Amino acid sequence: MEPVLKVENLTKVFTRKGQPDYTAVNHISFEMSPGECLGLIGESGSGKTTVVNMITRLLDSTEGRILLGGEDITRLSGKGLRKAYREMQMVFQTPTDSFDPRCTLGDGIGESLRNNGWSRKAAKDEVVRLLEVCGLSADFAGRYPHQVSGGQCQRAAIARALAIRPKLLICDEATSSLDVTIQQEIIDLLNELRWTKGSDLSILFICHDIALVQQFCEYVLVMYKGDIVEQGTPGEIIQDPRDPYTKRLIASIL
Amino acid sequence: MSTRNEPTVRIQKIKKDTIKTRLIIFGALALILLLCSVFCEHLTPYDPYLQDLKNAKAPPSLEHLFGTDRYGRDMLSRVIVGSKTSIFSTLLLVGIVTVLGTMVGVFCGWHGKWIDTVLMRISDMFLAFPGLVFAMAVAGVLGGGLQNAIIALVAISWPKYARIARSQTLAQKETPYLKAARLSGSGTWKIIFKHILPNIVGPILVTSMLDIGTMMMELAGLSFLGLGAKPPTAEWGSMMSDARSLLSSVPWVTLAPGFAIFISVMIFNLLGDTIRDYADPKSRGR
Ligand SMILES: Nc1ncnc2c1ncn2[C@@H]1O[C@H](COP(=O)(O)OP(=O)(O)O)[C@@H](O)[C@H]1O
Ligand SMILES: [Mg+2]
Repeated sequence: MEPVLKVENLTKVFTRKGQPDYTAVNHISFEMSPGECLGLIGESGSGKTTVVNMITRLLDSTEGRILLGGEDITRLSGKGLRKAYREMQMVFQTPTDSFDPRCTLGDGIGESLRNNGWSRKAAKDEVVRLLEVCGLSADFAGRYPHQVSGGQCQRAAIARALAIRPKLLICDEATSSLDVTIQQEIIDLLNELRWTKGSDLSILFICHDIALVQQFCEYVLVMYKGDIVEQGTPGEIIQDPRDPYTKRLIASIL
Repeated sequence: MSTRNEPTVRIQKIKKDTIKTRLIIFGALALILLLCSVFCEHLTPYDPYLQDLKNAKAPPSLEHLFGTDRYGRDMLSRVIVGSKTSIFSTLLLVGIVTVLGTMVGVFCGWHGKWIDTVLMRISDMFLAFPGLVFAMAVAGVLGGGLQNAIIALVAISWPKYARIARSQTLAQKETPYLKAARLSGSGTWKIIFKHILPNIVGPILVTSMLDIGTMMMELAGLSFLGLGAKPPTAEWGSMMSDARSLLSSVPWVTLAPGFAIFISVMIFNLLGDTIRDYADPKSRGR
């Protein structure tokens, strides 16, 4: 089967004035098959966000290739890129900041629909349906981001990401800024979405909490200082970590 | 717990209410000023251009609230009529500068790369000259008149707005919601008009509100040098400089337009401040 996402040799070198070049991501490769949930863990500053920003093309990569559903999107821009975004969506770490403070949540959720030719009315109805799928009542469509809690906002962000029915959902520490009980609710919601969608939704789940990854992902990549230092199923990694960094990571949660 | 929270909630509410009240008050005052300048011909107690030499240099009295000038013209009438030229040309000037500067700034910030570099170097060049001197040179080359004075002042004032708009745009570009908008498949124009402009218009508007006073003075300055409004057109700035030599003997001729400038500048400044407070989404709520 064609992988949903294939990343080859992806590299990012930041050049900063007056400082030596900094390799934030160092020749990493991996692929995701349809319906798979892949975990990417690593401490703060290990380059996880840089990886996903390159995959979503919010950041240009220095080297390497990104294939989304077989299509090379590494250098896409403009219309072609907007088309690629129909297959790939993202949930951000800071829920409140990921909605325009001047637009309602409903506006934000419906934006991708409107951009893809939905009528105002149809988009509005779909927004209400999406909100309900994500456990929010219809009146949230009219609220502004500062009028809802972080957890509610993250649910709305998931609704927005799913609006256009992408094949790949990227969650960059989508639960990190929430407290533990809300974290669990979001994980439960994501799990529910995966299984009700007929399992063709793949999720790239970025996290620095291995316990969450363990209950959610089939396969895990461990990143450390821009390299993938270890990979395997969560069980393998927890029971038999080989890399010294992973060992420390496991030790810290046991 | 609830008793503890109540006062802060109340204070927030009071704050919100006062912002609204201030907005209404200053907005109304600015509106009065505007209406006054629109309908100025119908509001004057005397003909502002009618000379009455018998009554020249009369101090303020019940008949002539602001006194008369050296030709015996009623100062109150002249100040009222002057509001048309002064306020309208200033607002026009501020409007043009704001729109032009913002357009350039947003474009530079969004596009980046070489266009950004080129336009910003050009704006540096403009900023490197002392503003009014440069404006005088431009107005001089174009050859006086109110219209050319406005063009000259636009030429020296746009870089400031371009810089503000550019840095604001750069900051907006980094926000997650703008990234989300890109992921939603919104094109450049939609992102600029729907997400960037509404979020940066607050500080820019405040700047232009606060600039109204300066612009008024600069226009008056050019008028004084014969590069702007020309007498006998009643214009506050030229009226002030006109009577400059008589300041010690008939101070009201200078003070009347000065007072008008002072009041208008203050109203627009306070309105600018209020708009900034009001535009802050966190102070609005539901
Ligand atoms: N725009 C940038 N310019 C320079 N360095 C950056 C930039 N963005 C990220 N970095 C650096 O790249 C490294 C990885 O960052 P990031 O991908 O955000 O890590 P993570 O998401 O795993 O916490 C960090 O050391 C960070 O300082
Ligand atoms: Mg990160």
